[in-house]
Order: sequence, then C-alpha cells, then structure tokens
Amino acid sequence: MTNYLQSHLQTLEDESIYIIREVVGQFRKPVLLFSGGKDSITLARLAQKAFYPAKIPFPFLHIDTGHNFPETIAYRDKLVNELGVELIVRYVQDSIDQNKVQEETGKHASRNALQTVTLLDAIEEFGFDACMGGARRDEEKSRAKERIFSVRDDFGQWDAKKQRPELFSTLNGKIHFGENVRAFPISNWTEEDVWNYIAQEQIGLPSIYFAHRRKLVYRDGAYLAYSAYLNLVETDEITETTVRFRTVGDMTCTAAFISEAATINEIMHENKASKSSERGARIDDKRSEAALEERKKGGYF
Amino acid sequence: MDLLRINTAGSVDDGKSTLIGRFLNDSNALTIEQEALIARKTKEKGLEDLDFSVITDGLIAEREQGITIDVAHIYFSSSERKFIIADSPGHVEYTRNMVTGASNSEVSIILIDARKGLLEQTYRHYFISNLLRLKTVVFCINKMDIVDYSEDVFLAIATDINKMTAQYSYKPDVYILPISSLKGDNVVIPSAAMSWYKGKTLSQILHTIKPGGQGSKNLRFDVQQVIHVQNKEFIDYRAYAGKVISGTVSVGDSITILPSGIVSEVVGIRKFTNTPASASAGESIQIQLKDDIDISRGMMLVNKKEETLLSKNITATLVWMDEKPAVLSGKYILQSGTRTSQCRLEAIKGLILPEKPDEFQDAEFLALNDIAKVRLKVATPLFLDAFDYNRLNGAFILIDALTNTTAAVGFTEE
Repeated sequence: MTNYLQSHLQTLEDESIYIIREVVGQFRKPVLLFSGGKDSITLARLAQKAFYPAKIPFPFLHIDTGHNFPETIAYRDKLVNELGVELIVRYVQDSIDQNKVQEETGKHASRNALQTVTLLDAIEEFGFDACMGGARRDEEKSRAKERIFSVRDDFGQWDAKKQRPELFSTLNGKIHFGENVRAFPISNWTEEDVWNYIAQEQIGLPSIYFAHRRKLVYRDGAYLAYSAYLNLVETDEITETTVRFRTVGDMTCTAAFISEAATINEIMHENKASKSSERGARIDDKRSEAALEERKKGGYF
Repeated sequence: MDLLRINTAGSVDDGKSTLIGRFLNDSNALTIEQEALIARKTKEKGLEDLDFSVITDGLIAEREQGITIDVAHIYFSSSERKFIIADSPGHVEYTRNMVTGASNSEVSIILIDARKGLLEQTYRHYFISNLLRLKTVVFCINKMDIVDYSEDVFLAIATDINKMTAQYSYKPDVYILPISSLKGDNVVIPSAAMSWYKGKTLSQILHTIKPGGQGSKNLRFDVQQVIHVQNKEFIDYRAYAGKVISGTVSVGDSITILPSGIVSEVVGIRKFTNTPASASAGESIQIQLKDDIDISRGMMLVNKKEETLLSKNITATLVWMDEKPAVLSGKYILQSGTRTSQCRLEAIKGLILPEKPDEFQDAEFLALNDIAKVRLKVATPLFLDAFDYNRLNGAFILIDALTNTTAAVGFTEE
C-alpha cells in the first residue's frame, strides 16, 4: 500500500527475498548456482538477508569450466567461507574426460555451452529440484520472456510456448518427479539496479570488475584477457592496457572495457555514460541473434 | 526514484512493440546495441521508418511470424522514475498472458488502430483491466498518421470508448490520446500535426500517475518459514519469515493467527540486521511473537479474527488459462501466496462476455480464455478477501493436479 514510499531498490529487495523464501518453502532440495559474477554475488547477499540470523539453508553449486578468472575463484572461496554455506563444484573438464562433451576447436573455442551437460549431471547427481540463478530479464531478449519459476523437463529443456502464467506474486512450483525448476529471484532487476545495490550494501566484488592493468588479446574489435585457454590466431594482437570487466564469464568469452574506473561509483557513472549494455561484452551471445534462446532450450541456464 | 509497473495490450499489428520502441527511443533509453539492431533490421526489411519492434520480440517464433507470443518485460528509467513494462500479446489465444502481464501492473495501456476503432480485443482488454481493478487505463489511438491526423476519427473512437467504460461499475482513471508510434506523435514529443489535441503526451501521463498498490489497511501477513536459531548471539531466536501482503504491523500490536484463532503480541520485527518498529505492505520481514505458538508455513497473521477469511465456499470470477477445459466437479489445487488447498468446481454460474459485462451465458465447461463466474469449495480455508475490498489478498490460481500447470486465475467475490 505504501510501496511508493520505499525506494525502488527496497521494493526489488523485498520481492527477491520473498521469491527465495518461496523456493525454500516449496522445494525439497534447492541449490543456488554461483558463478562468482556480480549477479550471483547479489543473489548470495539476498539469500543471506532472507534467513539471517539463520544460515542460508541450501548449498551453492559452481559449474567450473576450468577457464575462470582466478580472481573469481578466490572470491568465491572467501565468500562461502564467510557465509558458512556448503560449496559444491563440478567440472566441465570431467564431462570432457568422460566423453560426454567435446571441446570446441578453432578461434572461438569456448566452454560456455559445454557447461549445460555438467550442470544437468550435477542436478541429477544431487537430486536438486530447484536451481536459483542470478539471471535478469533485462539482460537479453529471450531472458525477457522468462518466468520467475521456469519449469524444465527431465532433459532440462525450456519450452517458451508452454510457460506457466505467473499471476500476482503467487508462484506455482509444483513439478513431477525428474523435472526441476530454474528460479530467478532477481528477474526484475536491471544492470543498473545491481550496481546501485552493490554500492548501497557495500558488497565487495572480485578485483577484475575494477580497472587494472592486464595483458590482452585484441580480436574482432574486442579485448579478451590473455590466457592459456585462448586459441590464438595470426590476426590477434597482443597488447597491455588498463581495463575492467563489466560482466564476468569465462576468460575466453568475456570482453574487457578500457577503463580507469576504480570504484563502484566511477563504474556506475561510466556505464551510464556509455549507453552500451553489458551483454555486448559476451562473445558467446554474438554467435547469432537467437544464441541464448537456443542454448536455453538445450538446458543451459 | 519510484517504480511504476505498466502493461501494454493491443490486437495484432496495433503496433505495441513499435510504441514501446518509440517510447524508449524518444526517451533516449535505447542502448547502442539496440540502436544498431534497429538500424540493421530496418535496412534488411527495406522500411522507410525505423522498425522498433525488433527489440521486444525476443523469441525465434515471434520474429518469424512477426507477432508477440509471450509477455516480454522491458525495463527502463527516466530521470524521475523507473518503469517495468509487461508487453502482452494481442492474439486472442494468448489472452492468458495479457491477464498475467496486467496482474503485476498498476497501469494498462490499450492500443487502438485509428483505422479500425474498437475491436473484440479492445473490449476484452478493457474488461481484464477492469477485472484486475487497475487504477489507470490509457487508451492510445495509434496510427493517426494514416488517417491524416483527423480529429473527427479520434472523437468518434473516444465516444465509443466512453460508451464501453460507462458499462462498468468500477471506474479507473481513464486517459484517451491520439498518437503515432511510427512517427512519434504524442508519445514523448507533443504532436505538431495534431495541435487540436491539448492533453498530455503518453510520457507525461506515465510520469504523473502515482504508483503504489491498492489494498485494505487490514494486516495480512503470509508466513513463509519459521526461523529458529540457537547461538551465542541469538539465544533461542524464533521468528516467522514472510511478506506483509496488506496493511501494517508494529511492535506491540496484538495479532491473531489463522486458522487457529490464537492471539499473541508482536515483540520484534527484523529485516536482516535491522529491527524496525513497524513494516508495511510489500515488505519481506521476520516477526517475533510474545508466546511460543505452533505456527508454520501457510498460516496467516491478521489484526483480529475476521470470519469471512475462514470460508470454505468461494464465489469468484475465473479466467481459464489451460487448453484442457474446466469441468463441473473437477478437482484442482487452489493456491494463494504460500497457501494451497484441494478444491472442487461446484458450479459455473455463467460465462461473461467482455462485450456485455453485465450478462451471463450458460456453460457446461470452461475453455481456454473463457471468463466465468463460478462457485468453488476448498478443503481448507485460504483466508482470502474479496478482491474489491483487498486487491492484494483477493486473487488466487487454480493448478491442475495432474499436469501441475496453472489452469486459471480467480478473483474472489465472497
């Protein structure tokens, strides 16, 4: 009734906490998918707030591609230790070794799409019936159509035409055995909201989000972090400059921005002035206009 | 900065997606990537005017067919306000999505093609906005450029709209304005071609509406979880985590627990490390009570016992959303917030046609997108208010017990 008296961030926080508590209330074995990016860090904070002074009543699952930024892994380990939650890590490398997926080859080789198989195996291994993730509807066009509770069949598939209508704040989490739900508590947050919230709550982030000097590969108009995981081609230019990452995925598919922004406030200011969206820095989405929708149909997050 | 939730609705080709694109463009809210995509697609299709629809139609099938199938959520902010737009499909078979989009909105924008006037869809959309008791409805008469910006065309359609809205007892704030999304008239920039129109632009209207839910002042608190902690800092901490659906709650308040009817007193409210003295509608909090009572998920805390909340017989308006029809004596699961109960469809009192909202038609079953007044019997009471009295605690969903899909939405009458 007095929603308008609260700031919009407070409204979003209240809504997200309600959703996280619904996941715990409606599912037998929920898990939070943690990538070490700012969105899953925000989600972890909201989960902490939802149950404090009790501990977060579900584990975190990280699907490790093996191509992560080392700074992200260090941050992840520190955070789970502080929160006192159980961390489960499953490796894409294991799926490759078991011949379940094949490593991509060539210039654009990335393990991003391969994560799906490792994720689905982990869901089956632990019997997770709800996986919470930090996806937001403003990220991408097919994400804009996603429900807060998104039902996946036992192959992990998403069927856009069979989505359950979501009315008011009532969330229908009823599923059959073998199915699972992907739950998105920060669906209604924008990139700007996340940055504002991180600033307001004084949440620490992995250092790669802030301006730092780094060895880079300049390719097709984008700066990629130089690493052993990247298949270099002749046209690649190796360079070194001061950059930051605005979104964090694998080292092979996340582009850096040339930036001197060293604080959250400087980052927010620069993002606003750029008029560019963070997804522009995800090389994996640029494969085609429907890249993300196609991956989601196959069980990708 | 505050938050306003808007729903857009219109028939196929009324130009909803174009309107949203225009709104974002003229508000300077498109990203560089979106601008580039619009420019590229416009060129590919060989169009004269920019094709804004490409930024909202997100699914492969939508781009192939050139229509909107599912609700898309669009987020943007001006310097004063943050907007969430639920862009709902206009196809009749996707009416359920229109209800879905409108259920989380405070404002409905209904688009009308100036050449076509009011269509069956328009009646349906207004009916749904009215059923959902939205506070504000904005009728945009679009494509005014094609009818030579004619005031007569506009006035004729406005008269039809007034005739339609007059049939309803619930009266939202209604705005009617002439626009061209394609050319940009009266969306953000006042129209030079329609100097006869003296009213506000769409953007001005959306900036003057006061956001906020409409609920009763009576407390409805949904218990989601019991939080129990034993450690050095918190000795035997016991609290009830949940959401204030409506009203306010303060430390010192006397409250009643439903369904038991036991009375206790609020001794603490917690939001993470903060312990505020009170909390109001929409807030997710933890409540501590003076007495050690058996309380679990699905129970409700209220100010004082109200017998109407305990009824097992519910009269309601249903919007049927499943391809599988509803049949008499059919069993469903009724869910409202955290509460669920088995229920049975006891009677279909009559179908309601959006063109004639006061009349009822006999029906043996309910098909997809049917709207009907029904009587339901629940196994356990769900503490529902009449929707008219408390919009925040008057709606529910019906779940098909076999498929688990959400089969209907209901609005409690009594």
